[in-house]
Amino acid sequence: MRATDHALAHLSRFRAAAEAMRERLLTDVVCLGEMPAPTGGEGRRAAYVRDRWCEAGVEQGAVDDLNNVVGLLPGEVGSATVLVAVPMDTLDIAPEHREIEVGVDRLVGPFVGDNCLALAALACLPTLLDSLQVRLRSNLLLAGTSQSLSRGNLAGLRRVLAASRWPLACGFCLESVQLGRLNYAAVGVFRGAISCRLPPEYDWAQYGASGTILPMADIVGRIGRIPLCQRPLSTIVLGSIEGGLSYHTIARDTVLRFEARSESGEDLRRIRTAIEDIVAEARARSGKVVELDTVTWREPGGLDIGHPLVRNARAILGALGRPPMIYSTTTQLAALLEAGVPGIVLGLTTGRRRGELDEVEEEVSIPDLWTGLAQLVANLVAADVEAHP
Amino acid sequence: MTAAPTLDDRVREWLRRRTFHHSRFADVERLVGLKRRQGLRISLCLPALNEERTIGKEILLLKSELMLRRPLLDEIVVIDSGSSDRTREVAAEWGARVFLASEILPSAGARRGKGENLWKALYQCEGDLIAFIDADIRNVRPQFVYGLLGPLLEDPGVQYVKAFYDRPLELTRGKRTPGGGRVTELVVRPMFSLWVPDLTALIQPLSGEYAGRRSLLERLPFPVGYGVEVAHLMDIHHRAGLEAMAQVDLDQRIHRNQPIESLGRMSFGILQVLFDRLHRYGYLEPRRPLATVMRQFLPDAEGYEPAEFPLEEEERPPMISVADYRRRWGRGGEDS
Repeated sequence: MRATDHALAHLSRFRAAAEAMRERLLTDVVCLGEMPAPTGGEGRRAAYVRDRWCEAGVEQGAVDDLNNVVGLLPGEVGSATVLVAVPMDTLDIAPEHREIEVGVDRLVGPFVGDNCLALAALACLPTLLDSLQVRLRSNLLLAGTSQSLSRGNLAGLRRVLAASRWPLACGFCLESVQLGRLNYAAVGVFRGAISCRLPPEYDWAQYGASGTILPMADIVGRIGRIPLCQRPLSTIVLGSIEGGLSYHTIARDTVLRFEARSESGEDLRRIRTAIEDIVAEARARSGKVVELDTVTWREPGGLDIGHPLVRNARAILGALGRPPMIYSTTTQLAALLEAGVPGIVLGLTTGRRRGELDEVEEEVSIPDLWTGLAQLVANLVAADVEAHP
Repeated sequence: MTAAPTLDDRVREWLRRRTFHHSRFADVERLVGLKRRQGLRISLCLPALNEERTIGKEILLLKSELMLRRPLLDEIVVIDSGSSDRTREVAAEWGARVFLASEILPSAGARRGKGENLWKALYQCEGDLIAFIDADIRNVRPQFVYGLLGPLLEDPGVQYVKAFYDRPLELTRGKRTPGGGRVTELVVRPMFSLWVPDLTALIQPLSGEYAGRRSLLERLPFPVGYGVEVAHLMDIHHRAGLEAMAQVDLDQRIHRNQPIESLGRMSFGILQVLFDRLHRYGYLEPRRPLATVMRQFLPDAEGYEPAEFPLEEEERPPMISVADYRRRWGRGGEDS
């Protein structure tokens, strides 16, 4: 009997049970989504999830000093532990623009697809499993993780992985969108900032003094000439550049923020070395203070498409009529793979960014969420069977 | 011999005893116990007109938290004035009982206005306690409702509970419009200070969130327009005094800002009701009828265009005087 057989047989029941919780789950989406949770300030969301777990009878729900919220559902055997992790932080926006609109079949609001909906699913998961009478033999370690964005560099999840008292058999990372995504490979990420500033002794009043923009322009040009492989794929995104004050004043500071991605760790290291060389040369030739600050470094990695986690997830998506969308990701998966824990990323519903209104405004489907939750439960059941054959 | 308490003393004493913060009632299980022991049913009513963007969230959150998780509310009722958007569809989807105001009590005819919806809600709602909240609240939370119901459940002497809050107006990106509660501070509070100083104790007399006992509400006339809140306060004060009222701090409410012309017309309607009550209760001797046309100057391309708005605050009689109502709810009372 395949590990997915039991799960596939009950998909419609899983979906119905998820839909039966719709008021509770969507209330959590709204409440969590309207709470501020900038990177490092996820405490309110963590406390909310802990309280929900407490009501559901999760005995070991706690918030750690990094604002991770962690809870354990003990398994009937308990010899293996499965992790379900959801990043909690989001970009910060003004409170008056943090509201979520509830329509007949959709939710609309800032970052509603990234990632409060998945966090609400995590908050409700113990109740959903209980209502389904799903008793896993594996322990289920639930984690809302902090500091996933920017300089956070997945610090929360790394802490959860390092501090876990239970060896992890596998892990599922949840994202609100898109239902159908199946990420089992993580691209390597090198995210950094190059700053160029005038040294204290710089004679900026001298005629012809160039400030910091010209050296930075040279750096940009040279980064653009770094050769990049197509297979394995590597890319460099120059995300933002800022500097200077006005038309005629010498720019004292200029900062370039970039992100390099690669499916190959070797290529990513080569890109880093190239950028370090560019920075060193710019420093030497311009007489300015030019520095490279590494914000994020993640090694690439991944599972084979034939790994049981991936195979089961594909079968479940197929049974739900959703062709799997397979691509490499830069999300939490990297931390899991670095820790040697096989894992995949799943999306819970469909959605889109409403670019025509506002770039932070997102719209997600309510009915597809029930399918996404059925998918999650089915994957947990299948992983449980794999862990206890 | 001690001196009689001054007005200031009375107001301060009332503020001390009858002003609460919603957190006092956060133990909703306890409120559910009080409700059960008193054998009460509780309705939440949302009067609505074109609120599809906010009403779904309000009903979802309040039903989830105050009906499904803890059964404080027995029903959520939406009385719609005839929305042209999807307000009724959204409200019904999330579990409210939805009614068109014009289809309730057809024998009484139909008027347009929030007060009309509130009056007809008495006919339609089944609760012994009825809480009203506006349908345009963008940051609704359960405390908006349990905060209003708490004093009624705890103290049988309390008949009517009014909300107050810090009211940041809806903000446009990068620009904060100062103010909030302008009609209160520029019209209602000065009038109360002049004529009914007891009512100055109410921090936000115009707030659209309040709760009351059916036994009181059914005996109040309802202006159909802007004046309904002020009329309630003056009528309750006249019937039962400040003691029958309480107020609850709900922290913060985010709502839509209104243009100054709308606030001007709102003030006109409120002043009509205020003067009507001042005459009715003997504070003022009427010398001639009040005018019923509001004149404003509205900017246009050429400069300013004078505009006239006929605004007459029509009033519904106490619901208890309506025979259909008494039959529906088995109440005694007088015919209108």
